[in-house]
Amino acid sequence: MQSEIIVSGFGGQGALFAGQLLAYAGMDAGYHVTWIPSYGPEMRGGTAHCTTIISDDEIGSPLVRHPSAAIVMNAPSLDKYEPLIAPGGVLVVNTSLTARKPTRADITIVEVPANAIAEELGSAKLANMVLVGALLAAANFLSVEALEAALEAHLPPRHRKLIEANRQALRRGASIAATVRQRGVETLVMT
Amino acid sequence: MTKELLKGNEAIAEAAVRAGVEAYFGYPITPQTELLEYMARRMPELKRAFLQAESEVAAINMVYGAAAAGARVMTSSSSPGVSLMMEGISYIVASEVPCVLVDVMRGGPGLGNIAPSQADYFQIVKGGGHGDYRLIVLAPATVQEAIDLTYQSFDIAERYRTMVVILADGNIGQMMEPAELPPMHAANGGHNGQRASWALTGAKGRPHNVITSIYLVPEVEEQFNQKLQAKFRKIAENEIRYAEYATEDAEWLVVGFGTSGRVAQTAVKQARAKGIKAGLLRPISLWPYPEKRLAELANNVRGILVVEMNAGQMLEDVRLAVSGRAPVKFYGRMGGTVPLPDEVLDEIIRLTKESNS
Repeated sequence: MQSEIIVSGFGGQGALFAGQLLAYAGMDAGYHVTWIPSYGPEMRGGTAHCTTIISDDEIGSPLVRHPSAAIVMNAPSLDKYEPLIAPGGVLVVNTSLTARKPTRADITIVEVPANAIAEELGSAKLANMVLVGALLAAANFLSVEALEAALEAHLPPRHRKLIEANRQALRRGASIAATVRQRGVETLVMT
Repeated sequence: MTKELLKGNEAIAEAAVRAGVEAYFGYPITPQTELLEYMARRMPELKRAFLQAESEVAAINMVYGAAAAGARVMTSSSSPGVSLMMEGISYIVASEVPCVLVDVMRGGPGLGNIAPSQADYFQIVKGGGHGDYRLIVLAPATVQEAIDLTYQSFDIAERYRTMVVILADGNIGQMMEPAELPPMHAANGGHNGQRASWALTGAKGRPHNVITSIYLVPEVEEQFNQKLQAKFRKIAENEIRYAEYATEDAEWLVVGFGTSGRVAQTAVKQARAKGIKAGLLRPISLWPYPEKRLAELANNVRGILVVEMNAGQMLEDVRLAVSGRAPVKFYGRMGGTVPLPDEVLDEIIRLTKESNS
């Protein structure tokens, strides 16, 4: 089993950190993992994405053409990655920053107003964790508890005061996705 | 020891620290800058020397000086920066002083870009600097391998009194993978502060040592060249490294190093799943090259595919080693692009079809 997750957004939205946290959680759960960022002459407000692979076997290529899941945090990321997700995969869309609806019928689509939820929780910076929580509830390759444990284990000391808020954001994203999933609809629209 | 999630550049830096590197000289350049940044913090913490030089030319000559004094020393850079170091590299090998260079290759030629590339194989493996010299070139494909090779590289450099190059690419530098760090050596790598007998340590009470690369009389220079060549032959006997995957019954062999090698390994797995008996040879030492092993494998396969992130550089070494035993095809991506497994798989399938028709 191998899960390939692309997280993509504007620089500053926490896309790279979200991918790293998935890698940490995968490693702590005993899987092989790789995390590779897009790196370039980049800046806040530019684009940033990363690829995290979690596998029960040795990982060859750290890059994939057709990931099994993608979290798209803005409109350009939706346009770029929606067509690339492998059939049967999961697309998590931040509807706070995307205008159009996703169109694929052969993947699970989870739409989350992540910025609105994050602001409700106290900071727009938590949007990435809301989306990660939604992904985990929809894709089932790692538990929310494993992510929470990874936050606890790997967040540097200067950021430890943020753990509780991040945990809440993860749970909020996961619970909304799970609720809608139970209704058995293919397109999971968060409200 | 437990595994940590480590970024290639930082993992290489910490591995060098743990190998007992005493001095680091360098100049920032993407995609290896995290290595220099890590050293800027870590080396002073351990009361070891870190110096950001005014240029790569200065950095390599600082390495030359520290190595002549018998210190465990290294530098790191990326393609254009390494081009600037070429004169110093030739002098260092000719002066027979040990040191380590880490080259995290990026897209070129020229200023190019900062994306991952393998287009400096010719420069590092075949020369770049002037004169008949060789570098011991080690190419990691994973963060763990980058750590292990860096850790060993100082001992190898000192054993032969020459330069070892860790030849990585932007992928290896920027990627994070779980890896285990080796135990911490004291500065100077367990020599307990003892300097080599040839080192320039002050000649009080002993005949003075000379570190030089100038031999004005051609016959004397030739004699020195013969000595160097004898050393290179010894290295070629002892320092060949490679990894293999699914080669036992392989009919189709893929050859790739570093990032291309691991991408090719995924393609080989996918080919096996389709019933194609593919295998992978991943050279780790690019010089000395695993030519004997490649020739052996070539005897038993129907075709060979070389995969690189360049226009076909290691390809020449493959052709020399294979020497007509099997058809050799090439697939390369250039300019900072990285091949994906499905592209390599398509090439493997094409190779099988061409050879069957």
